[in-house]
Amino acid sequence: MRFLPHTEDDIREMLGAVGAGSLSDLFSHIPSHLRKETPLRLPPCLSEQELLLHLSALSGSTAHSGSFISFLGAGCYDHFIPAAVDAISSRSEFLTSYTPYQPEVSQGVLQAIFEYQTLVCQLLEMDVANASMYDGASAAAEAVLMAGRITRRPKALLSRALHPEYRSVIKTYCHGQMEIEETGLTKGGLTDLLSLGRLADGTTACVVIQDPNFFGLIENLGEAETIIHRAGTLFIVAVAEPISLGLLRPPGSFGADIVVGEGQPLGNPPSFGGPGLGLFATRDAHVRQMPGRIVGQTVDKDGKRAFCLTLATREQHIRREKATSNICTNEGLVALRSAVYLSLMGRQGLRRLSEIILDRTELLKKKLKRIPGLSFPFNAPVFNEIVVRMKRSPEKLVSALLKKKIIAGLPLRRYYPELKDCLLISVTEKNTPEDIEALCKALR
Amino acid sequence: MDEPLIFERSRAGRKGYSLPEEKLRTKPQDVIPEGLLRQDIKGFPEASEPDVVRHFTRLSQWNYGVDTGFYPLGSCTMKYNPKINEEAARLKGFALSHPFQPEELSQGVIRLMFELSQFLAEIGGLDAVSLQPAAGAQGEFTGMKVIRAYHEKKGNPRSAVLIPDTAHGTNPASSHLCGYQVIQVKTTEKGVLAPDAVSQAMTDDVAGLMLTNPNTLGLFETNIKEVAEVVHSKGGLVYCDGANMNALMGIARPGDMGVDVLQFNLHKTFSTPHGGGGPGSGPVAVKKHLRRFLPVPLVVKKGTKYALDYKLPDSIGKVKAFYGNFGVMVRAYAYILSMGAAGLKRASECAVLNARYLRERLIPYFDLPYDSPCLHECVFSDNKQKEKGVTTLDMAKRLMDYGFHPPTIYFPLVVQGALMIEPTETESKETLDEFIEAMIAIAKEAQENPDIIHSAPHKTKVSRVDEVKAARELILRWTPKAQDHKIVK
Amino acid sequence: MTFPEELKYTKEHEWIKVEGNKGRVGITDYAQHQLGDVVYVELPKPGAFVKKMEPFGVVESVKAVSDLYSPVSGKVLEINESLVKAPEKVNKDPYGEGWMIIVEIMDPPELNDLFAVDAYRKYVSEEK
Repeated sequence: MRFLPHTEDDIREMLGAVGAGSLSDLFSHIPSHLRKETPLRLPPCLSEQELLLHLSALSGSTAHSGSFISFLGAGCYDHFIPAAVDAISSRSEFLTSYTPYQPEVSQGVLQAIFEYQTLVCQLLEMDVANASMYDGASAAAEAVLMAGRITRRPKALLSRALHPEYRSVIKTYCHGQMEIEETGLTKGGLTDLLSLGRLADGTTACVVIQDPNFFGLIENLGEAETIIHRAGTLFIVAVAEPISLGLLRPPGSFGADIVVGEGQPLGNPPSFGGPGLGLFATRDAHVRQMPGRIVGQTVDKDGKRAFCLTLATREQHIRREKATSNICTNEGLVALRSAVYLSLMGRQGLRRLSEIILDRTELLKKKLKRIPGLSFPFNAPVFNEIVVRMKRSPEKLVSALLKKKIIAGLPLRRYYPELKDCLLISVTEKNTPEDIEALCKALR
Repeated sequence: MDEPLIFERSRAGRKGYSLPEEKLRTKPQDVIPEGLLRQDIKGFPEASEPDVVRHFTRLSQWNYGVDTGFYPLGSCTMKYNPKINEEAARLKGFALSHPFQPEELSQGVIRLMFELSQFLAEIGGLDAVSLQPAAGAQGEFTGMKVIRAYHEKKGNPRSAVLIPDTAHGTNPASSHLCGYQVIQVKTTEKGVLAPDAVSQAMTDDVAGLMLTNPNTLGLFETNIKEVAEVVHSKGGLVYCDGANMNALMGIARPGDMGVDVLQFNLHKTFSTPHGGGGPGSGPVAVKKHLRRFLPVPLVVKKGTKYALDYKLPDSIGKVKAFYGNFGVMVRAYAYILSMGAAGLKRASECAVLNARYLRERLIPYFDLPYDSPCLHECVFSDNKQKEKGVTTLDMAKRLMDYGFHPPTIYFPLVVQGALMIEPTETESKETLDEFIEAMIAIAKEAQENPDIIHSAPHKTKVSRVDEVKAARELILRWTPKAQDHKIVK
Repeated sequence: MTFPEELKYTKEHEWIKVEGNKGRVGITDYAQHQLGDVVYVELPKPGAFVKKMEPFGVVESVKAVSDLYSPVSGKVLEINESLVKAPEKVNKDPYGEGWMIIVEIMDPPELNDLFAVDAYRKYVSEEK
């Protein structure tokens, strides 16, 4: 119990000071029938060494991108993380600090988050960003609710090519509050803009499109924007792989009203799916409807530049049931890591990284095309993910390749029954040309 | 010394990244239409690695953390964050595993989630747990959604939820997000819920009651069993906000008090670091009959295998992609195994002892609005100091000059000028004594030299920050022209 | 704390100055004092309709947000645009430059439900 400083002497002295005879006296006012008489049934405590041994065993029996060649993506991407990111984020002044409600002793976190907000705006080409939401999926849900508040319309339209888990989360959040409808897909795997045009009307608050979409395909955001704004609806874009924005034209430049995304790929490990980082940005006109914390720039009493949380009156601790959201704790440290990562990568690095990824994806495509029995249902340009159709069962294929220490991809049956013979293969810069060759060799 | 923004440190051509130099075969414009390509990321910084590291290191030095000093923040449970937990989270199988990898390759991580669920169910006295919510507020939202789903399945979702006036703001916000109207219930002059007040408000149209135990005044809701019975008698459910579980581990369990749904805050009671505002984790525990409504997937054990179960037709769906903040779960799991049952109980006992001790020593100097015995936190007000024009805000700022982070201020709302102090069990008696001395010194200053408090803080990196200006003149991002270092009149 | 004699007052601390068939509306000195420094005021568009004792806008300070309730029903004729750039007028001059909207009074008997200055002063002292 090395975390508890109190000695028996300390306890005795303090009990004396409060007039209690024993530690259990401190709880005597709790009705006795509510007190637990027997100890909690938990495993015996482990020493630091034993604990590490036990955890290492659990970790050891879990595959990871270091022990397997993995081509999994689908909303969670394994990129190389520069050592400096860990070095900074593990500094205890950042790691163990509280939410910066007292700005005079929190200028470090506040300035870092102000920089993070700026980087997000620059990456997405939007006016203002918040200090983060839990993840891309819940950020998308909050964006839909925000669109409902702004337009006062009851319906939201989601592209069927939006990540299935994002759609699920949006439905959970909007249940009882807004009606959710889905657009169809073209034969080519893109959002069907014709069906979009038909469904978006005066009762639709917003349309949500993912770019690149769940199948890795780059959507036609320009054409989508025209249709969406013609109906007076808000245009929401979800970016599940923000590294793509090193190369692709950002959603803000297409006139998006709200952009959300998953910031995990920006300097954060996959970590079995969490924590993530909900990117959230919008236009100046909507800033007061934006949920979440925001850091603003101001001055102190002596006129020196300083930062603080602002627009807090929209938040739960003041507005309570009329708040824009119920969010309190968000993903502060994850946002800090992304700020460090983006600062290191910078203007040139992010572009170069996305060019490398595109190159690897093209390499994979070329090699896959030469394998008999495989075909490509979709032909639009992709950034980092490809859907491959095969004669054998994708599940059986993935299983077979595990023996070669390769995780080939995600079978799509669970999300798209019409694609039950298809596999989603993802590529990052961690998949070397040798890895890609190994995959293709195993597929033959 | 000041540290410019990273954008101000940026110099064209500087490189902070390291990527393979290989010649690429693909030209982007050959594969992607020109109109979909980006030319540049305007304004993005260009800095070397030393620039970036020095920049953020310097920022960190102007930040206070638990490792720096005492954080008496009520309702936040700022306890020590064990370093072994960090090493645990970095283990490759935990950090580099992908949520969609085949279950047979993920037995270690799924087992960790399963066992953590069991630990939490045992600690809370409930039956089934979802680890999916990413923070306490999301846990509340999930819990209230479960309650709504329960009522919907019975044919009537009902339209309102009862919430005491001492509740944390996330409680009414979460209820509202679920489509419920909030009916506020007044607590007694003793600061707790009374069965009659609840009885009067409880009808067939009320879905349930949300309470916190101990409540935000640090007081045990002594009538909780009776209150729960009132709610249950009209077919409602009882939700408990478990933010204050640090007072009760091994001592009492909400599940034994009639609570149906409980959310935990792993970043409070279970030692995971606050990170400057997250990540957190807000697992939700429910009684058996509500298990079917929990988010998918549930973590289960089938024989010797651990698995993710999606077959829950009555589930409310998902509140987050994938399974929850796994990286945070690892830390909480490690903590519980480090402490064991006896350790957790001792932690709660010491947390309460620390709060009682502080309360006892500060009573002569500060107004105590509720004099019932407190548990792990206590609430004072600025009534004694207001006579001299010194407010809670002033005193909070002055505490920084003594090297302490202020307590929670102006919450709960039932106390005007509230000062909520939660010392946690990882603070030694010496630290508490130093804090007490500082508070007593400030109380004296309030009588003899209030100006020094009004103008505080004096010894921090920046003096009192103009939050009004921040809200009136919104500057929410850097732009090349928005910077102004000149002294403002 | 001042409460001009010729005004009428609501339970939610708005004042109204009757000018013919129009009413000029704002919040009282007590309200601005409770709120603290006002940072933002959200007002309806001219031409919008407001209803007696229903919210017509929002006033925000750093630590609180309050709904603004209309003392009377009617059409909004004018709003005080200068409050966008200078919300502090609400604190500095709540009855003058801090005015918020001018409403065309649809139903004059509604004015009888409001407090006169003495009744309001009493109401405020009871609230404290």
